[in-house]
Amino acid sequence: MLRLKCPYCGQMVDETELTPGGEAHLKRATQNSSDDELLDYLFNRRNPKGVHFERWRHTFGCGKWFVVARCTVTHEVFGVYKAQTLKPPKSVVDAIANRRGHETQESQ
Amino acid sequence: MRYSIFNLCREALCGHTGWPKAWESPTPKSRYEVIIIGGGGHGLATAYYLGKNFGIRDVAILEKGWLGGGNTGRNTTIIRSNYLENDSVAIYEKSRDLYETLSQDLNMNIMFSPRGVMMLAQTHHEAHAYMRIANANRLQNIETEYISPTQVFEKCPIICIDGPRYPILGALWQPRGGTARHDTVAWGYARACSKMGIHIIENCEVTGINREGGRVTGVTTHRGSISCDKLGIVVAGHSGQLADMAGFRLPIESVALQALVSEPIKPCLDVVVMANTVHGYISQSDKGEMVIGGGTDGVINYSQRGSFTYIEETVRALVETFPLISRLKMLRQWGGIVDMTGDRSPIISATPVDKLFINCGWGTGGFKAIPGSGWAMAELMANEAPGSLAEPFSLDRFREGRFIDERVAAGVAH
Repeated sequence: MLRLKCPYCGQMVDETELTPGGEAHLKRATQNSSDDELLDYLFNRRNPKGVHFERWRHTFGCGKWFVVARCTVTHEVFGVYKAQTLKPPKSVVDAIANRRGHETQESQ
Repeated sequence: MRYSIFNLCREALCGHTGWPKAWESPTPKSRYEVIIIGGGGHGLATAYYLGKNFGIRDVAILEKGWLGGGNTGRNTTIIRSNYLENDSVAIYEKSRDLYETLSQDLNMNIMFSPRGVMMLAQTHHEAHAYMRIANANRLQNIETEYISPTQVFEKCPIICIDGPRYPILGALWQPRGGTARHDTVAWGYARACSKMGIHIIENCEVTGINREGGRVTGVTTHRGSISCDKLGIVVAGHSGQLADMAGFRLPIESVALQALVSEPIKPCLDVVVMANTVHGYISQSDKGEMVIGGGTDGVINYSQRGSFTYIEETVRALVETFPLISRLKMLRQWGGIVDMTGDRSPIISATPVDKLFINCGWGTGGFKAIPGSGWAMAELMANEAPGSLAEPFSLDRFREGRFIDERVAAGVAH
């Protein structure tokens, strides 16, 4: 079972308290978007084998959304941050670089 | 050597020392007409029908691990075709139909057992959805029926039909659905391919896809570069990785789907039961083990394991419906990486790269589709144009909004 730290509550919580919400930092398509941009936003996903930035909701806790940087093979968690953050904060990027030098570029 | 009662008797007399290898392990050539990446059921079936239906036998199947060691050997072997949409029904029924005679076609007993598949309706919404599917199937000439709780109980006396949380309101019953021995499907196709001169190359991981001017020219592997005219990617969970090597993106997320078996018990369940509301399905294997499948993990996962959280969820619900299994011990648990599309329908399609074709997105329901999927993919690769089975499942459908929406129809499990 995954145990993640909710950045709002500051507590480690079990996966059963949380709901996964898919890839983070998607760029929302607008009325003026092309078909391809809409396709990217709605369906195409990075689906990486390695570091993945994904959204989670602390459903049975504070109810708020946050973002987790997690490895999809080993489930190693590199950091969590609030959903209002537009791109991964430096501390998380550094944590990934420290532990996974070769994957940092891909993960951005 | 043909597998037959005469050869079996002869071998019995001489100590079973004369059986030849089921398939050869040749050294890869430097060039093939067609290369298929992925030696699971779908890849092997594609190669088999390329050889059988189209006479294309200069084919290599490249497999990263061992044959059928991915999802082909990790599923719960359910075969059914009672989908909602016409396009899905066409390909899944073709597949189910091919399964009926596959043992004879491949000269290998795949133990196809059309014992009947029952999909329980445990909420009113589900009951209505299944009645709709039963009506749709009638128009599509698929033999299914919506049956009452009493009929459910007659077919499967170990079900608790009036449980407090999930009472059985009815079920969608497909009498010609069932199970087959999954490894043998892979072995049977491999043996038949090898007999036609198709090369099966195991332990050969593809590390790059070579292109020239927007056209595929071959692959780089751990065992050197191999060139080809046409390339097929049939790799399920790792489709995204391969697409990445070829420079395009897919509307796919790879998640873990897990299953488990109990200790063997005496025969008590002679149908396949799927309970989609509670994410669980169950059947009894010939060895007597209860084979239990659950829902997918909600996050991208390449670990081929899955988490205990989802096992607990599945088993908790099944224990309520099948009180008998509450004291069984579980023997094994395993996971496979399934490739989920947004509409839960597969992709059998040409790609942005010329001469490169992809067959993926079968999600949680790939095993039942192996023969039909191979048939349609072979047609696509041989003619470089999709046949009527594959056409609706093109990659374009996501761009065009032309979904084959089995996600809504199936609720959850396939």
